[in-house]
Amino acid sequence: MAAEIRLMKTAAELALADAFATLKSRLPGDAAVAARRVDAFEAFAATGLPHRRVESWKYTDLRTLLRDAPPLALLPTPEQVAGAAAACPMLAGMDLRRLYVVNGAFAPDISDLAGLESGLTITSLASALAVGDPLVATHLGQTVPSSDAALALNTAFMGDGLVISVAPGALVTRPLHLVFVATEPAAVAMFTRSLVVLGEGARLSLVESHEGPSGVAYQINTTLEAVVGDGAQLDRLKLTLEGGEALHIATLLAQVGASATFANTNFTIGGATVRNQMLVQLDGAGTEARIGGVSLLAGKQHSDTLLAMEHIAPHCQSREQFRAVVDGAAQDIFQGRISVRPGAQKTDARMMSRALLLSDTAESDNKPELEIFADDVQCGHGCTTGSLDQQVKFYLMARGIPEKEAEALLIQAFVGEVIDGIAHEGVRAALSDATRTWLIERK
Amino acid sequence: MAPLLEIRDLHAEITGGRKIINGMNLTINPGEVHAIMGPNGAGKSTLSYVLSGKPGYEVTSGEVLFRGVDLLSLSPDERAAQGMFLCFQYPLEIPGVSNMAFLHTAANSQRKQRGEPELTSPELVRKVRELGKQLGIDTDMLKRPVNVGFSGGEKKRNETLQMMLLEPFLSILDEADSGLDIDALKVVSNGVNAMRSPDRSFLVITHYQRLLDYIVPDVVHVFAAGRIVHTGGKELALELEATGYAQYQNEAA
Repeated sequence: MAAEIRLMKTAAELALADAFATLKSRLPGDAAVAARRVDAFEAFAATGLPHRRVESWKYTDLRTLLRDAPPLALLPTPEQVAGAAAACPMLAGMDLRRLYVVNGAFAPDISDLAGLESGLTITSLASALAVGDPLVATHLGQTVPSSDAALALNTAFMGDGLVISVAPGALVTRPLHLVFVATEPAAVAMFTRSLVVLGEGARLSLVESHEGPSGVAYQINTTLEAVVGDGAQLDRLKLTLEGGEALHIATLLAQVGASATFANTNFTIGGATVRNQMLVQLDGAGTEARIGGVSLLAGKQHSDTLLAMEHIAPHCQSREQFRAVVDGAAQDIFQGRISVRPGAQKTDARMMSRALLLSDTAESDNKPELEIFADDVQCGHGCTTGSLDQQVKFYLMARGIPEKEAEALLIQAFVGEVIDGIAHEGVRAALSDATRTWLIERK
Repeated sequence: MAPLLEIRDLHAEITGGRKIINGMNLTINPGEVHAIMGPNGAGKSTLSYVLSGKPGYEVTSGEVLFRGVDLLSLSPDERAAQGMFLCFQYPLEIPGVSNMAFLHTAANSQRKQRGEPELTSPELVRKVRELGKQLGIDTDMLKRPVNVGFSGGEKKRNETLQMMLLEPFLSILDEADSGLDIDALKVVSNGVNAMRSPDRSFLVITHYQRLLDYIVPDVVHVFAAGRIVHTGGKELALELEATGYAQYQNEAA
């Protein structure tokens, strides 16, 4: 019986409590939403910010990292909105339907809402909450159960985001690009929440990018909830391109039906502290999930990826592939758990996480777990941490390839094991280019 | 005629370890094929690594001139760009890097360092396919990651392909025959013989005389205890096959 030790509230926790008390009546939503916010905040307040004794946050002590809680971002000015339209140049020129969230607020003026494919509907979370959208009432906060404190904060403060639905059988061929941009030159906090619901047999590709100014210690707590219906296919890529001082906490809650396909890839290259937590629940039989991640870290960057893959239904296959390239004094963390629930027979799950350390001060922490309650399954996990293979590097150099280029070639091949799995050719090429640029800029 | 390679009183050791090359002298003129034969552990492979600049070996004294340039001051990629090629005894596997991309990067890195125009993709693909045909390397092998899943013979064919594409002045063949069946041995040897020319030289390192039936050397050296202890013509290889290395090992000691 562990004694519950209550710590003194930190300055950030006190500031969050103040902010919630002041703002709760002004945040969007009806009485039911307001009540849910209060419940969420109380749940958060009961535990406080997660710290190193909370196992899932062991490597990212928010209690220490969050010295204070900056004010919530105000609605962006027209100039800020206009400036945000040029965000995410790495995907410029690609035929994507761009939907912008600027300083935490949906920006319809620069978003591409024209000629929506049949079956595709897009609204902002703020308006969905305001009008009591049935989709939000049904699914928001109902996808995957979690008592995570960062998620509770998101629920308490969620301001805006996107609500996207694809009708049963509708195949949306043009990918959506959710462009999250912070433009405020001062430290502010943003809480965004989005919901994507795919009906039976629907198909959608989604790119989500997050970026903001360098040199500003802004904070973003963002959540995406996804409901993937039976036989549906959702492909998602999340790009974390935040500025160098940013704190970025992202939660993915995915509820996947039967005979569906769900692919999610994270590409993390920016931000001072990045947390990507993903809770994926395979509820229906015969589903395939591919979860991947690449992080390219330098300086003092800290990236913490947490994956909880829940195999609830039988005959599902999941593949988890993570690659981290860590330079300078950066730190990469991967905590991955595959859980196979009783009855999830014939589960086939394989998780592999590999880290490549490019300097003596780089750090990688790898914590793979399998939790199996069914007796007829195939599950495996592996993890490696190492430096570049010097023998292979010499082989390349002996063919005339200079040292830096030889290293770049090997590092690109290393992250290519994940990037090559991305279906969209243009996006795949953009990620290879971004990797190459990162390698060139690394000293 | 200026020599292509001159090794003068070379001494080298494993960094922080054993001394392996012990006062070696060797001169190779353009167009010549030299064979270095010797017992296991004589330092033959170390010689190839020291010449190609592999990290982990330290030259303690002596000098090596390659095409008149101080070879030991160059990095491995610069040596390659100068026209030196090491055909690896055990070629490495490079997952995730396609053979064609590797060949393209290697060829153009060398050209860039020499200030020559780079090859375009179609030029390179055409060249590589032609060479592949000569060596029995199919298009599928060119698309696959470098050496991954290749048999011993396929790896050596791939080494030969690289050599023929890069057209070095000096090719060092380190135990090119190890792990090869007779057909693969012929393919590799044919590749070398096709490249022989008045300005191209080869240093063939081998235990056995067999390879020298196919790549006929101009000069044969016996290498023991880190240096050349005896030099002769191609007939020396046959003598060694009959008598073994024992007498030379005594000489070296």
